[in-house]
Amino acid sequence: MDYFIELFFGGLTRGSIYALIALGYTMVYGIIGLINFAHGEIYMIGAFTSFIVATVLSIYGFPVLAIVVIAGLAAAVWSASYGFTIEKLAYRPLRKAPRLAPLISAIGMSIFLQNYVLLAQTSDFLPFPALIPEFAFMEPVAHIVGSSDLVILVTTALVMIGLTFLIKFTKIGKAMRATAQDKTMAVLVGINVDRVISATFIIGSALAAIGGLLIASHIGQINFYIGFIAGIKAFTAAVLGGIGSIPGAVLGSLVLGLTESFATGYVSSDYEDVFAFSLLVLILIFKPSGLLGKAETKKV
Amino acid sequence: MFPLKELKRSALIALWFAFLTFPIMVIKVDPIERTVEWRWDNMFFIALGSFVISILSKVYLIRKERRAGRKKGNRSITEPFMQRILREPRFLYPLSLAVLVFALSFPYLFSTYQTNIMTTALMYVVLGLGLNIVVGVAGLLDLGYVAFYAVGAYSYALLNMHFNMGFWAVLPIGGLFAAFLGILLGFPVLRLRGDYLAIVTLGFGEIIRLILENWNDFSQGPSGIANIARPGFFGMDMSFAGGITYIYYLVVGLVIVTIFVVNRLQNSRLGRAWLALREDEIACQAMGIDKTKTKLVAFSLGAFWAGLVGVIFAAKTTFVNPASFTFLESAIILSIVVLGGMGSIVGVIFGALILILMPEYLRALSEYRMLAFGGILVVMMVFRPEGLISNVRRSYQFKKQSSGQASDRS
Repeated sequence: MDYFIELFFGGLTRGSIYALIALGYTMVYGIIGLINFAHGEIYMIGAFTSFIVATVLSIYGFPVLAIVVIAGLAAAVWSASYGFTIEKLAYRPLRKAPRLAPLISAIGMSIFLQNYVLLAQTSDFLPFPALIPEFAFMEPVAHIVGSSDLVILVTTALVMIGLTFLIKFTKIGKAMRATAQDKTMAVLVGINVDRVISATFIIGSALAAIGGLLIASHIGQINFYIGFIAGIKAFTAAVLGGIGSIPGAVLGSLVLGLTESFATGYVSSDYEDVFAFSLLVLILIFKPSGLLGKAETKKV
Repeated sequence: MFPLKELKRSALIALWFAFLTFPIMVIKVDPIERTVEWRWDNMFFIALGSFVISILSKVYLIRKERRAGRKKGNRSITEPFMQRILREPRFLYPLSLAVLVFALSFPYLFSTYQTNIMTTALMYVVLGLGLNIVVGVAGLLDLGYVAFYAVGAYSYALLNMHFNMGFWAVLPIGGLFAAFLGILLGFPVLRLRGDYLAIVTLGFGEIIRLILENWNDFSQGPSGIANIARPGFFGMDMSFAGGITYIYYLVVGLVIVTIFVVNRLQNSRLGRAWLALREDEIACQAMGIDKTKTKLVAFSLGAFWAGLVGVIFAAKTTFVNPASFTFLESAIILSIVVLGGMGSIVGVIFGALILILMPEYLRALSEYRMLAFGGILVVMMVFRPEGLISNVRRSYQFKKQSSGQASDRS
């Protein structure tokens, strides 16, 4: 039973991280209908930025709490800047182009960013400092649920609540929903669509950066390639839940995280990624609109 | 000539990029030695570089605008130079004859090493042309193309190892295996919209690679299969150099066959159906084209070529392992198609030769190869989405009686 609970919480933790990345995919897809292939790389850059900042600060002897806060902020700020710049450079000029063009541009951006980090930093795995302390009150259950699992779950939950609030009640959230429904109509009622799209990229990237910081400190190592697999998995999760739907992305991520956790725990860890991809293929074949997504009707 | 406002804008852009690249480019930490290296010179280069690029792109845009303004008067669209040559049989036949003669005499003019590189490049030409059917002509973005390549390579490796089958026997089998797999995958998947298709094929490519990597009893895992027999020629014994020359001619033959087939296909009923499908699926269905069947044929035909090249790849290197079939390989083949010009045969050939030969001859820059790949994909899409040599479509031209001027071609 302990093993089951351990796997369950492992799956939840994994799923929460996927959710933080998947939200970026789903928001961008909901608004401009583009699979932002470079999103995984944004997450990777977030992890790298927080790694660099945290290591520099710890070398200069800052206290742990300050390191966590500053590294988190730096990761969010720089990732958001990257997201904003990428959208401006690689996607905005292609907004009226045929569907394939921005997708190929996104793939190019993803390859570019991977190699940019590879060349500017290193291709080795880097040890990430353990930023999350072991809490004393978690002692009795520590063999099943670690402190970092708890921190990840709580952070993700808080971020989700914040995001829901932002989208439901603020002006920019309203503008986002309007743009997602109908871009032309949104322009007609006076919404600055360009600004809304930029905001979407900024928010999505910042979320991915938080995910990057959390997972890097949970797993303890990073390299330039982590974004690719994480990105694909998070995209799988977004599709699983129904791309374009925010609760769907969270649900899909948790389902994917649990599936992976149980599959690796009870079947074999060699095929971890195969399970994720097979799940994606199956979902797309049998229910392309995802768990919570709306079926798309096409009018001529 | 250059307004001050633009200079200021470029300076701001340079500052922005200096900020953006600050943590990754400037700081380098060593977590074990606990030292920090500040590389301020990188920041300077980034700022300078983005300043210059931003000014150049602005100049380019101003020029383009001016040209567009001048052109408004007489709107006759002239065909690009390359296209005119390719369309005129008077130029085309001697030109292709010259290329053929050069290709055939290549092993005698250059060293074995050069021939080997050329063989690789020509293999990518075939791969590019195969993917071109799927992506360029039929408009189905396939990101897992390398899976079919892997299937071809592994079918030769395994059949050769277990049943001692020869190259020529496996060549069609490998192709057919890949095509069959293409149908198997395509059947459920091709109903999906373009970008979903891209992701599913990507996932599929990764699944194939992961299976090859982990299923040790079947594929010998990451260590791969070695000592695959080279192709024979009626039981003739060949030296090492002779073998390389032989494979070179084999690939040249395959390239010629591929060009012939793809060329014939493009103007066939099927080829036109593909083009129509790429442009508008719904209109296509209304015209009575079987959507699924047409897509499936494109998908499996593309896979067939990949399978063929896979068999040749296994025979050429005499060694296969899963590391040769990563997503990166798919991305390279895709960039060949995109760079060359989607749908254009000559474009794809140029794209493959440039992308494969350039890094070979610029060994010093090979680190930056993938960086350039990614950059080129983005820049191409933004500035010249139609590729180096765009495919001018057959279109109906009608002349106005009164002016005698050729009017728009769509």
